[in-house]
Amino acid sequence: MSRPWPLPLPLRRNRTGGPDRRPPSGQGAQNPLRALARRFHSGELGAVPVVLGLVVVWIIFQSLNGHFLSPRNLSALSVDIVGIGMISTGVVFVLLLGEIDLSVGSVSGLAAAAFAVLNVNEGVPEGLALLLTVLAGTAIGAIHGFFFAKVGVPAFVVTLAGLLGWNGLMLSLLGASGTINLDDKGLVAMLTGFYFTHVAVAYGLAALGTAGYFLASYRDVRRRRSAGVPTRSQREIILRTGVIAVISLAAAYVLNQFEGLPLALLIFLVFLVGLDHVLLRTRYGRMLFAVGGSVEAARRTGLNVDLVRISVFMVSGTMAAIGGLFLASRVTSATQTSGAGNLLMNAIAAAVIGGTSLFGGRGRTWSALLGVLVIQSIASGVALMGVQPAVQFMITGSVLLVAVVIDSLSRRAQRAHGRV
Amino acid sequence: MAAPQLLALRGIFKRFGAVQALADVELEIRAGEVVALVGDNGAGKSTLIKVIAGVDAADAGVIEWDGRPVQITRPHEAQALGIATVYQDLALCDNLDVVGNLFLGREICRAGVLDEVEMERHTLELLDTLAIRMPSVRLPVASLSGGQRQTVAIARSLLGEPRLVLLDEPTASLGIEQTAQVLDLVDQLRERGLGVLLISHNLGDVKAVADWIAVLRLGRNNGFFNVMTTSQEQIISSITGATDNAVTRRKAPGWEVER
Repeated sequence: MSRPWPLPLPLRRNRTGGPDRRPPSGQGAQNPLRALARRFHSGELGAVPVVLGLVVVWIIFQSLNGHFLSPRNLSALSVDIVGIGMISTGVVFVLLLGEIDLSVGSVSGLAAAAFAVLNVNEGVPEGLALLLTVLAGTAIGAIHGFFFAKVGVPAFVVTLAGLLGWNGLMLSLLGASGTINLDDKGLVAMLTGFYFTHVAVAYGLAALGTAGYFLASYRDVRRRRSAGVPTRSQREIILRTGVIAVISLAAAYVLNQFEGLPLALLIFLVFLVGLDHVLLRTRYGRMLFAVGGSVEAARRTGLNVDLVRISVFMVSGTMAAIGGLFLASRVTSATQTSGAGNLLMNAIAAAVIGGTSLFGGRGRTWSALLGVLVIQSIASGVALMGVQPAVQFMITGSVLLVAVVIDSLSRRAQRAHGRV
Repeated sequence: MAAPQLLALRGIFKRFGAVQALADVELEIRAGEVVALVGDNGAGKSTLIKVIAGVDAADAGVIEWDGRPVQITRPHEAQALGIATVYQDLALCDNLDVVGNLFLGREICRAGVLDEVEMERHTLELLDTLAIRMPSVRLPVASLSGGQRQTVAIARSLLGEPRLVLLDEPTASLGIEQTAQVLDLVDQLRERGLGVLLISHNLGDVKAVADWIAVLRLGRNNGFFNVMTTSQEQIISSITGATDNAVTRRKAPGWEVER
């Protein structure tokens, strides 16, 4: 549907009379500071709270232990976040609909076990075993989605059943021994074991990413100018590009101080960028936000709500399987405790801490990265200090509570702001 | 009356179980005219809108479009003819911005990627043509006022380039200034040569914006009035069905004394 609205137009009357003091439609280029203040006021906080939180966490742990911000620790952190981060990215998709997937921990454990059984016990080639494992995750998600969307069982219950059931399947796959060791030099082990040791790789990718962002923004501005549509100010684009350049080059510098760019981090970033593109720049992503905002409105517009619902669980299952493989790679084995413990809670907490709303309709893939950074930083800092994990749980719990409070308050602010 | 007849309903019947919601209803709408549909609660206004919009098909009767009888049994058949409906509960996605809501379900894509620039350009053009003022088309509609949300919903119905727009209580729950905005918009629709069928409870709004007033009472036609030549009392008595109402009662004694 791309027919332009025919333009010729009639005289305009203004029943309200008098001059209209409001600015004309779409005068978006305002003072950036004032725009930020307005966003704060209306409850669109975006990534601001989580970035501040991350900085605070880093400052506290660095002051407690000088090794916290060392290249070795940060490099380890950048690999540790990938497993949970992948799972959390899938959870973001489900949260965008205002639903929840409690099965992701079990599915990730099952994926690790399935890969180990296929590859080590049955001798299936690694590539094929990897593909089958990921597809199994997709299929599991499709099953959850079917029961939720078509049968009408609440997502909470479907995925709770999944949490128990898939964990049981994993235990029976692993059998009596309970642990299957993976090939130390194999493909999956390389996922978190490989580093691009040449310094040029990290710097090059940082520069490439920054340049890519700048070019994309620049092209967007030129198109907007030629179309006569309000656009971001030049200063804002330069500022954003500058921030990205500083962060990515600093990260590259730190990583190069140790072993170079980890392959795992690169794969994670590719997934984040790719899925963010899907969410913000494709029809499918727009459908997802629409269903998350108002199911009824989406249905009346003719969107296939059931399909969208099933698809997010498929994404979540797929990402859980991929995350499970990264977690297995970190310990080069599949064990009975794979995907157990507080993995599930951390994956969901990461998405929420990163700024994805529990109420649906608001969130981005980047919130998985930011949230998981916060959670893993706390875990790593506590481990460095040699304190009991009990402290880690309490701190993470408090951070999660703060994140949910911010989410609820900003939602309330938006409601209040909505009725002028 | 030079304007051609756009939509005509002839002898429409609709029954829900034991309730005869519509009985032998006639209605005509011409291009460039605003017809207000008024009536008491339960008079069948919403049912009639649903019949025209294809949500609930009529049991009996003929619907003529451009003078030819047509079948409207599903919403998309009505849309294909050029009938757009704006329901009372708007059906907007609060979390999407104005552009996202306008183009929801008919996004413009370029090589599989949403063409935000093109969609924003169309949106600004459309809002500008309709003299709608909006703080920014990139704000989530949750942060708009009730009147602005209503104008977004109406503007969205216009993207499909309809010839007839059905508005179900567009000014209910709006403040004075916001109501004025929406009524301005209805004027714009008429000036564009669209037919408008407007349901409203507010006779003030109706008198301000409509050309004709069709009254439904208990599922039947109870009068079709020219706004210019009809008094508010006549319309009210037609809605309530009371030839004997508060107004006539007050006048009655004086008339008797005179005699």
